[in-house]
Amino acid sequence: MPAVAMTVNGKSVTGDVDARTLLVQFLRENLRLTGTHVGCDTSQCGACVVHIDGKAVKSCTVLALQAAGAQVATIEGLAPNGAPLHPMQAAFRENHGLQCGYCTPGMIMSAIDIVNRLGHDLEDKTIREELEGNICRCTGYHNIVKAIAAGAKAMQGQPAGQQAAE
Amino acid sequence: MHATGIGASVRRKEDQRFITGQGHYTDDINRPGQTHAYFLRSPHAHAKIKNIDSQEAASAPGVVAVLTGPQLATDKIGNLICGWMIHSKDGTPMKMAPHPALAVGKACHVGDAVAVIIAETLAQAKDASEKIKIDYEVLTAVVDPAKAQAKGAPQIHEIAADNTIYQWHLGDPKAAEAAFASAHHVTKIDLINNRLVPNALEPRAALAEYDSGTDQLTLWNTSQNPHVARLVIAAFVGMAPEHKLRVIAPDVGGGFGSKIFIYPEEVVCLWAARKVNRPVKWTSDRSEAFLTDAHGRDHVTHAEMAFSAEGRILGLRAKTVANLGAYMSTFSSSVPTYLYATLLSGQYDIPQIYCEVDAVYTNTVPVDAYRGAGRPEATFVVERLVEVGARELGLDPADLRKRNFIKSFPHQTPVIMAYDVGDYGATLKKAMDVADVKGFGKRRRESARHGKLRGLGYSAYIEACGIAPSQAVGSLGAGVGLWESAEVRVNPTGSVEVLTGSHAHGQGHETTFAQLVSERLGIPMDNISIVHGDTDKVQFGMGTYGSRSGAVGMSAIVKALDKVEAKAKKVAAYMLEAAEADIVFQDGKFTVAGTDKSAAFADVALNAYVAHKFTGAELEPGLKEGAFYDPTNFTFPAGCHICEVEVDPETGNTEVVAWTAVDDFGVLINPMIVEGQVHGGIAQGVGQALLEGAVYDANGQLLTGSFMDYCMPRAENFPTFRVETTETKCPSNPLGIKGCGEAGSIAAPVAVINAITDAIGSEDVIMPATPSSVWQTLQRIGGRKAA
Repeated sequence: MPAVAMTVNGKSVTGDVDARTLLVQFLRENLRLTGTHVGCDTSQCGACVVHIDGKAVKSCTVLALQAAGAQVATIEGLAPNGAPLHPMQAAFRENHGLQCGYCTPGMIMSAIDIVNRLGHDLEDKTIREELEGNICRCTGYHNIVKAIAAGAKAMQGQPAGQQAAE
Repeated sequence: MHATGIGASVRRKEDQRFITGQGHYTDDINRPGQTHAYFLRSPHAHAKIKNIDSQEAASAPGVVAVLTGPQLATDKIGNLICGWMIHSKDGTPMKMAPHPALAVGKACHVGDAVAVIIAETLAQAKDASEKIKIDYEVLTAVVDPAKAQAKGAPQIHEIAADNTIYQWHLGDPKAAEAAFASAHHVTKIDLINNRLVPNALEPRAALAEYDSGTDQLTLWNTSQNPHVARLVIAAFVGMAPEHKLRVIAPDVGGGFGSKIFIYPEEVVCLWAARKVNRPVKWTSDRSEAFLTDAHGRDHVTHAEMAFSAEGRILGLRAKTVANLGAYMSTFSSSVPTYLYATLLSGQYDIPQIYCEVDAVYTNTVPVDAYRGAGRPEATFVVERLVEVGARELGLDPADLRKRNFIKSFPHQTPVIMAYDVGDYGATLKKAMDVADVKGFGKRRRESARHGKLRGLGYSAYIEACGIAPSQAVGSLGAGVGLWESAEVRVNPTGSVEVLTGSHAHGQGHETTFAQLVSERLGIPMDNISIVHGDTDKVQFGMGTYGSRSGAVGMSAIVKALDKVEAKAKKVAAYMLEAAEADIVFQDGKFTVAGTDKSAAFADVALNAYVAHKFTGAELEPGLKEGAFYDPTNFTFPAGCHICEVEVDPETGNTEVVAWTAVDDFGVLINPMIVEGQVHGGIAQGVGQALLEGAVYDANGQLLTGSFMDYCMPRAENFPTFRVETTETKCPSNPLGIKGCGEAGSIAAPVAVINAITDAIGSEDVIMPATPSSVWQTLQRIGGRKAA
């Protein structure tokens, strides 16, 4: 089996993988980073979104071998080992942007990517359009949109990790 | 109000693990020595299985075992069952066909599991499955429920002639006939309540482990009701005695009904784990979920409403064919009967109602409860009839509703239900104010200037939640009681664990249940843990569905807390050397009335356990109490939703431009969570009305088998929702709660369709009202008719 090496959440990792292994399988099964979820098999739902070299990517559409040498960031890397929450994580909690929690890691990783690309002052319509690749069955998106707008503002000029007041 | 008590929008305790990726869903769990299961499924909707040759697969790399249906019987593994008995109007029992966990002799729908491969890795199991040779004789499939009973239709199960499971009815046909005979006007409609795929975002999964030393089986699964799963798998499937089977439903990623049921895959994983003496894990992929998770709705209905000259409703008649799919799923029989016809009175005083329901088998995925379960179908019938009736009579639809609202309570409907309390006029009025119905004409003209057709649709819905009491549901055919249990364990340090038979899969019980305890015992939220979902921890429970966890589950906690307080008062009396009757408990403190002598809750807890102040003869040590709570009636949440749409006549596209929901859920524990439930329900309901629909071809192939073909609602399909509440307290539980989980999905579909039909001036709109279907209707009628 071929070996693969990459950086995940700032740590160098290696593994031997079947060539057909998807990045999401490598993260979940080899590295036991189970915060990244699989909700479909057609790259529609976005539960598996991670960042590869700073960009949001559905980790079910990338082979582990394709991520060789890349910097991969997952939900577990945002506030590791009890560190203060990333403002976007805090905004999801404060605005009740999650119910069952299954789509949430992908939503948060996509949301941070939206802010990185489009800035901190996001209109609801923009957020709704940008979420085309993330499906949530619980929330009706109402509070996710609120959470992302608030999280985007909180990311501005605040050190990552500052917690939103309850 | 207590800062974290009842009525406070406390932020959720469970969120911390979900937003940091630390949740524990079933697929996140792995056991030492674990193997993987892959199910080989029938590609045919209806086919005889003449031979299965699995020899080559069995010796493929990594394969541990290949199992097929006939081996189930050899090992005395029983069939899956439907647990709600319905009798036909002629008194005969429903025709429940055998449902083996792996097909025996015949496959009855595309996706029916025919064999399972257990291998070291999932990839090896999949590779080996391609080496299994199955000799099928393809039979003609029955797909359309409206044609399932036709003469000459192929028979799916030997037990069910004409593919008919039951022919059930409710109400008095002669009295209804008389009401219709006296009518000034009769409104008639034909409706299809489209078939839906629940699609909780977490696919189903099962992980089974066998301990040969203790003969103990453990199942981790994605269940809304692990105790019922254990009961059915033990008592009916006969897998193992109940005390030798532990079922754990850890974090579960949404259910919406689809995870209530007992499915073949969990039975097979348990069976296989014991056979190969290693843990066996199966996780559904989304394509499998489309072919195996119980679908929802799928009714074909003709309905009529009789009106007097004064616009009073005199009667309602409905004839429904309900498609239950290839096998009877766990609670499938109850959905188109006691969860449907009993709600056909809506919010209205209707003197006569008669409903006939034929349930049929087809070669499609089994159909069972999906969010709302029967009540969305009933609301669709009632609120379409009222809306169309108003238009035919030339009456304002809101006025017609007001004229017929039930105004005094309790109210006995002609279809079993006794509504306890409500104020339907208040929810309608508030909804009309919030939605600015008065300004609609102006908005409609504004839309017209942009070339759009604007419409407004009402939905004045009612639902029955907290299904109970057990004696009543038993008399209607339920195989179980529908109470709930709770145990409150106070630790010596004063922290509290609440064990509940309810199960959370997005509803936020860890927060709302803790709010109740925090207010009642005066202790911080952080000192309270809510424990659920493990049959080894919680003794028994009925699980979460039908918006029952607040009204029934929390009421059980109240009863247990009553007992804890009573016992703690006895302990405090010994500590404070006072009479028990003089002890007052308030804000977390036990005080001797009229004195400044007091003891904090935690001190009393410690004294209960060290037992230094009383003898064993006087009082038992410890502070732990349990309760089972059986409500006195269903609860009846009700409300009014108003939808405004803009239809583009050029494309047929419908945009929901405004949504107002005013719901009466009784007392709210956490308004933030309640609003979230309403949002999600509306989205599923709008999804049904505009986007979603399971489509089968004539051969029984599911054409909408993935998220690429089945249109799931996206963020851009919705406006910002306006959600408000009114309150009439429910009298049949101690907290005055009614339930909120299904309201949106019950109210929403008909509000959308009433709005579109208002916009385009034609009643000829089907669900989902896709751009193509609305455009075709517009072409047929030659553009919008004058309003």
